[in-house]
Amino acid sequence: MSWLRIKELVRKEFIQVFRDRRNRPILVVSPLIQLILFGYVVTTDVRDIRMGVVDHSKTPESRRLLEAFDANPTFRILYRLEDPRALDRLLLRRRVDLGIWIPPGFQATLRKGKSAAVQIIADGSMSNMAGVRIAYASSVVEAYNMRVLQKRYRRKIDFGEIDLRVRTWYNPNLDSQFYYVPGIVAFLVMLLTLLLTSMAVVREKEAGTMEQLIVTPLKPSEMILGKTIPFILIAQAQMILVILFALAWFRIPMKGSAVLLLGATGLFLLSTLGIGLFISTVSRTQQQAVMTNFFFIIPFFMLSGFVFPIANMPFVVRVLTHLDPLRHFLVIIRGVFLKGTGIAVLWPQFLEMAILGGLVFIGAVSRFRKRLD
Amino acid sequence: MNSEAVAVRDLVKRFGTFTAVDHITFSVRSGEIFGFLGPNGAGKSTTIRMLCGIIIPTSGSGHVLGFDLFTESERIKQSIGYMSQKFSLYLDLTPKENIRFYLGIYRVPPDSWDARMEWVFKATRLESVRDRPTGELPPGWRQRLALGCALLHRPRLLFLDEPTSGVDPLTRRHFWAFIRELTREGVTVFVTTHYMDEAQHCDRIVMINAGQIVAMGQPAEIVRKTLPDRPRADLGDAFVALMRKGRP
Repeated sequence: MSWLRIKELVRKEFIQVFRDRRNRPILVVSPLIQLILFGYVVTTDVRDIRMGVVDHSKTPESRRLLEAFDANPTFRILYRLEDPRALDRLLLRRRVDLGIWIPPGFQATLRKGKSAAVQIIADGSMSNMAGVRIAYASSVVEAYNMRVLQKRYRRKIDFGEIDLRVRTWYNPNLDSQFYYVPGIVAFLVMLLTLLLTSMAVVREKEAGTMEQLIVTPLKPSEMILGKTIPFILIAQAQMILVILFALAWFRIPMKGSAVLLLGATGLFLLSTLGIGLFISTVSRTQQQAVMTNFFFIIPFFMLSGFVFPIANMPFVVRVLTHLDPLRHFLVIIRGVFLKGTGIAVLWPQFLEMAILGGLVFIGAVSRFRKRLD
Repeated sequence: MNSEAVAVRDLVKRFGTFTAVDHITFSVRSGEIFGFLGPNGAGKSTTIRMLCGIIIPTSGSGHVLGFDLFTESERIKQSIGYMSQKFSLYLDLTPKENIRFYLGIYRVPPDSWDARMEWVFKATRLESVRDRPTGELPPGWRQRLALGCALLHRPRLLFLDEPTSGVDPLTRRHFWAFIRELTREGVTVFVTTHYMDEAQHCDRIVMINAGQIVAMGQPAEIVRKTLPDRPRADLGDAFVALMRKGRP
């Protein structure tokens, strides 16, 4: 192994990466733009619920119920309608998210001391969102019921009830950005290193420069180090840049150790660089390399628990997720960011990632050597 | 010191069921310009690639600069220079950066880099464009750079795979003058070509067709032997006659 050769390979790779004008935005601007975009787009928070209401009761009771919705910052009553069928049209055109219909006998039924029916119609085409909206609407109705009961009995009802005192730790406001932004950081690092590594090798094959390298005494191990060291450095620099940006822009708390995070990134890169090298051995052109990259990126994304909770997956798929380096890295990055957890808790993830990365890298390297020989 | 720079015996290369090179035996003397001629697909490039250690022969035996083809390809690679028919340096680097890269890859001692670089720029007449992107240079200039890079580590044997394809006549003449000069310094040159007029520059040539050797010797000798009844025939005529003979 010759350090002179590796040094010159790394130097050459850096010149090429930064000389290519198309690369400059990919390296700095695009991760930040993606972080901002993802940070705002990938959110499951339900903040603004647009309502259409049909009040056929038109009584102080029905008005109080609607006022309860109006007073809540999450709900906005946009349409007051006479015909319940008009609600259907509004839901279809996605002008409203939720419809509420108060039937004519509302006041009379309540005054008789019976339960009065009120209909809530939700757009179920987005099932998750609909569920959250219905739950919010129910809690508004619940609070209204409480007041009706209190008024009726003219005292506070406090007999033997369970009083829940809920506290969410690590993310007190249940802000979904807190959850997603660290994940995006991990995803971006994966995307970049996979693409850059596979491209750096395939580009040499495509341009014919590989042939010239093969007639030199350059060893495959030197070639591999020369092709991976630049991307380890670039990925770590990018990690620091993106984290600083996430802290400053999204005000995500960074509770844990940054050094631990960079260490975890190192282990994570073992897998992504290994896969990048593997892709370069099965692709002849840069186009093929890009397509093959997606073959890996999409399953890694789906199985990582980034958006879809692993706990909800079938058993077999749950076992498969352990082969996804992004899954382990996400646990670490979220733990370090939000909870400030250390190696004492995260060691299983570190271990799995190290084993996975080690195997992938060794496999890719041996395949790479065979191809060069 | 071995007086044969290359010596191969019954060399065979098969790709699947296709035999690209079929039991060829020849040798190259130290310090000569050795031409390897044949039509496209005859096995020229496959042979040169076996001799350079890029691909491993299927069977046979051979030595390059005294090193075994099968077991000492690393040592062969350190002592040879190779220029492929397709330009294979980095178009996005400057000539200077390309040269520096290959100085490093061949582990030329860094304290002699400046001297080597000056020598290459002088020999290839590329001093004026040393910091321009290589991609902006005309083909003939790139070819000179490729030749320069192949000589950085002072190889004793230089392989040239169709070095002058796509190069204008004047540049070709310069090129051959330069090659002649190299042999005076003791470098052996192994060149493939299908320009018959260029084959005249070679001390000895081998003609191959469909993976087999059909003629070997000095150019004039080959013409005489192939077409004894046509005293005014040239190497081109001999080539055509030989290639026809191979076919039913």
